[in-house]
Amino acid sequence: MDLIFEGIKKAFWLIITLDPEVLGITFLSLRVSGTATLISLLIGVSLGTVVALTRFWGRGIVVSLINTGMGLPPVVVGLFVTILLWRNGPLGFFGILYTPTAMIIAQTIIAAPIVMGISLAAMQHLPPKLRLQILALGATRLQMVWILIKEARLPLLAAVMAGFGGVISEVGASIMVGGNIKGYSRVLTTATVMETSRGNFDIAIALGIILLVLAYLVNLLLTHIQQRERPR
Amino acid sequence: MGTNELGPILEARNLEVKRGGTTILDVQSLLIEKGEILSLIGPNGAGKTTLLQALAHLLKPFDGEVLFRGQQVGSNHSLFQYRRKLAMVFQEPLLFDTTVFENIASGLKIRGMKRAEIQGIVMEQLERFGIKHLKERSARTLSGGEAQRTSLGRAFAIQPEILFLDEPFASLDPPTRESLIEDLQRILLQTKTTSIFATHDRFEALRLSDRIAVMNLGKIVQIGSPEVVMNRPVDEFVASFVGVETVLTGSVIKKDGGTFVASVSGKEVETVGEAQIGEEVVLGIRPEHVTLAAHSSREITSARNLFPAKIEKIVSLGPYQKVQLDCGFPLVAYVTHHSMENLSLREGKEVMASVKATAIHVMRRKIPSTKHQ
Repeated sequence: MDLIFEGIKKAFWLIITLDPEVLGITFLSLRVSGTATLISLLIGVSLGTVVALTRFWGRGIVVSLINTGMGLPPVVVGLFVTILLWRNGPLGFFGILYTPTAMIIAQTIIAAPIVMGISLAAMQHLPPKLRLQILALGATRLQMVWILIKEARLPLLAAVMAGFGGVISEVGASIMVGGNIKGYSRVLTTATVMETSRGNFDIAIALGIILLVLAYLVNLLLTHIQQRERPR
Repeated sequence: MGTNELGPILEARNLEVKRGGTTILDVQSLLIEKGEILSLIGPNGAGKTTLLQALAHLLKPFDGEVLFRGQQVGSNHSLFQYRRKLAMVFQEPLLFDTTVFENIASGLKIRGMKRAEIQGIVMEQLERFGIKHLKERSARTLSGGEAQRTSLGRAFAIQPEILFLDEPFASLDPPTRESLIEDLQRILLQTKTTSIFATHDRFEALRLSDRIAVMNLGKIVQIGSPEVVMNRPVDEFVASFVGVETVLTGSVIKKDGGTFVASVSGKEVETVGEAQIGEEVVLGIRPEHVTLAAHSSREITSARNLFPAKIEKIVSLGPYQKVQLDCGFPLVAYVTHHSMENLSLREGKEVMASVKATAIHVMRRKIPSTKHQ
């Protein structure tokens, strides 16, 4: 019990005094996961929309693959990204293994199917005749897609939240492709794992609390945007 | 696109739509004049929606041609320009998740119209459809009638040259439907917008249209003025759909300048029309043209067809009663509550049924085939 109490005390101390190392780790977490979420948003919403709005051979298989991708185990992603980026691997010449860039790539691979799957479901959930209605209003194909995305904006924000939540809390891939290098590729989750294994529970608890608060704040913001336009 | 002011505003040639190997639409020719209101009536699955969507070029793939002011609609460029000249209102309001104002403005915004210009047009539509007070309301909070008014406002805002209406009142409750039909009737009269209106309700069609096309199994089976379609249906299907309750088959036994007598189940039925002796004819009688009198009544009526009949069944249809009679052949009459009481009609009672020879319509004539197959 003492351990937890001491941990919480230390955690608050670290946060209140704006410990530079903790601050650095926090910002890197936000930068990596934020960037990965943004990229997934671009890929996920556009591909999700395309799959939702078109009919092609093998579509059922693609949809089931996307849905499976939503539960992609981070360690498996970490493994394959590591192999690809390995010095002698196919993409080794980039020399980006154990860098934040590698972490962004891995997290994007984890988040994109989540965003894609939710976008796909959101677009399919719109009434099928809405597309005809938009075309009948004189819209071009591009205008139609844009209007549909706007119509699905609330579930699409849920997709953003789910994607961000998936990667900010992910540890397996980050540690494998980032290497948990101090001051360089160490993020909240990898640091928590390391400090816990060293027995530095106070720091681990501090990092854990920051992670929770961060996840909460980001979702609070997105929820606020999402709920702002609900009917009065 | 050329502007051919003469001739039909819209023309369809050899429209054919197939789904899964079956033809769901097959319309050889359809001409729509500028300013006219054409109703498409028919049961569910008759092809009304498919025809509307094919005419609006919202359906792919389909065979045939659609001509707007004499110009074929087809290439991507003209297709887009064509769609900007029309508007469509569906059974579901299909509003966007924003305010009523923004919904009505949406077609104009798609056309890139300036905000200041949009303002005036939208206000006009809000006024016209009596929804000014809902201007800032979210479309999600509207009742069915309010939502459909918004949808109609959105369609009229773009001042379409052709308005397509796909059962716009079908999911509204009767009082709401009534007031919306009245408004639409008034607005169409003001704007003189060419309209094509699909409905399965023949009364809606009768109230709104200049012409009625009756559809069945993907085809237009009859097209003409409401009077013609209602009173001279071409076949049994149209007859039953437009409310001709009695369809009789008989053979012509006598003829006399402009009228003939057919034998129907051994009874003589006199009809105005041309037919040859020995021909088989199909006759239609609208229930409102059948008059009932007490059996003992010796009144002399102008009706030549007077049949003793027994009341088989009485069904209430709201404002009137539907009386099914047996005169040796089945006959259906509509009777008001007033007459019901005066004649004290009830099931099993014997009455006299009369139909004027002019009220019987010849739907089909055919010379009986002597070959047996």
